[in-house]
Amino acid sequence: MTEIIVVTSGKGGVGKTTTSASIACGLASRGKKVAVIDFDIGLRNLDLIMGCERRVVYDFVNVINGECTLKQALIKDKRLETLFVLAASQTRDKDALTADGVERVLDELRAENFDYVLCDSPAGIEKGAHLAMYFADRAIVVVNPEVSSVRDSDRILGLLASKTKLAEGGNGRVQEHLLLTRYSPKRVASGEMMGVEDVKEILGLDVVGVVPESTDVLSASNAGTPVILNENSDVSRAYQDAVSRLLGETVPLRFVDEPKRGFFARLFGG
Amino acid sequence: MGLLDFFRRQPPSAQVAKERLRIIVAQERGARGGPDYLPLLRRELLEVIRKYVNVDPEAVVINLERDQGHEVLELSVALPEKIQAAKAAAAAAKS
Repeated sequence: MTEIIVVTSGKGGVGKTTTSASIACGLASRGKKVAVIDFDIGLRNLDLIMGCERRVVYDFVNVINGECTLKQALIKDKRLETLFVLAASQTRDKDALTADGVERVLDELRAENFDYVLCDSPAGIEKGAHLAMYFADRAIVVVNPEVSSVRDSDRILGLLASKTKLAEGGNGRVQEHLLLTRYSPKRVASGEMMGVEDVKEILGLDVVGVVPESTDVLSASNAGTPVILNENSDVSRAYQDAVSRLLGETVPLRFVDEPKRGFFARLFGG
Repeated sequence: MGLLDFFRRQPPSAQVAKERLRIIVAQERGARGGPDYLPLLRRELLEVIRKYVNVDPEAVVINLERDQGHEVLELSVALPEKIQAAKAAAAAAKS
C-alpha cells in the first residue's frame, strides 16, 4: 500500500525541503520505494537540495498536462536505487496544479507500487500548499522553536483537520507528526528557546524528530547531498531516528539536552 | 555562563514565548471552524449596541455551538456596571 506523507509548516524557511529530501533518502535507504514531489510551483528547489537540478527534463505540471509520461518525469536518484524525484514546474501560471491532475499522478504512483510518496509543500496556505496536503494520509509538520513558526503550524493543523480528502470524506483524519528543526539544546537550557516539551504542549502533537541547529545543513545544500547522507553529522542521526519513528519503531530522543558541564566550566564560562 | 551573568539573570524569554503562544493558539482554535462572517457580525452588532450603550469592545462575546443537526448562535453582552446602577436608581426614583 502506498502511503502519502505531506511535509508542511505554514511558515517559510523552517526546513521543509531539507526535511523532505532527508526523510525520502532515509526511507529509500531502508529499501522502500519512494517518490518525493516538489509542490512549490514556480519556485522549484527540491531538485537543488537533492542534487539533480541538471537532470530535470520534464516536471510535475508536464505530467498533469499530459505532455509527458510520469516515467519520463521521474528522476531516478544516483545514490539510492529506489528513490525518485518529481520536480516542480517553473511556470508562473497559478492554476497549473489541479486537484484532478494531482490525484491522477498519485494514483499512478500507487499503481507503480511506491511505498511512500512525500509531498514537499510550499510555504503559505495557498493552492500549492492546499493540494500538497489534500490527499495525504500523514503529515510531518516542520516547526522551529520560535513563536511565528509555532503559530503558523497550528493554523496548518486546523487545515489538516478540515481541508483534506480524509477529513472531508469523514473517513478518519490525517495522522500528524511534529518535527522540530533548528533546535539548540544550549539555548533551551538557558531559557532563551522553547524546548520540545513546550512546543509539544502548545500544539498537542507527537514528536517524530528533533533536528539540532547545525552548519552541516548549509554544507549539504551547497553540495546537493541531502544532509541525512552525511553520516558524521548529528543532523543525519536525528533524521535517521525520525525515519525509524515514521516506520513505527520506538527510538529515544537524542540531541535535546545540552551535554553536562563541570562546575568550573559553568563558573568561568566558555 | 560566567559568574557575573549568574547575578543579572532575566526572566527566561522562552517562558514568555510559551505563555503568549498558549493564549493566541487557544483563541485562534476557538474561532476555527466557525463561519467566516462571525468576526464581521460581531463588529456590526457591537456598533449597533454602542449607539445605545457605551460598551467595551471586549464585552460582546459570540459563540457558535454545534449540536447534532443544529447550531446555536450565542450572543452575550456585558453592560457596564455604572449604567446598570444608574438605571436601577432611575427605576427606584420612578416608583
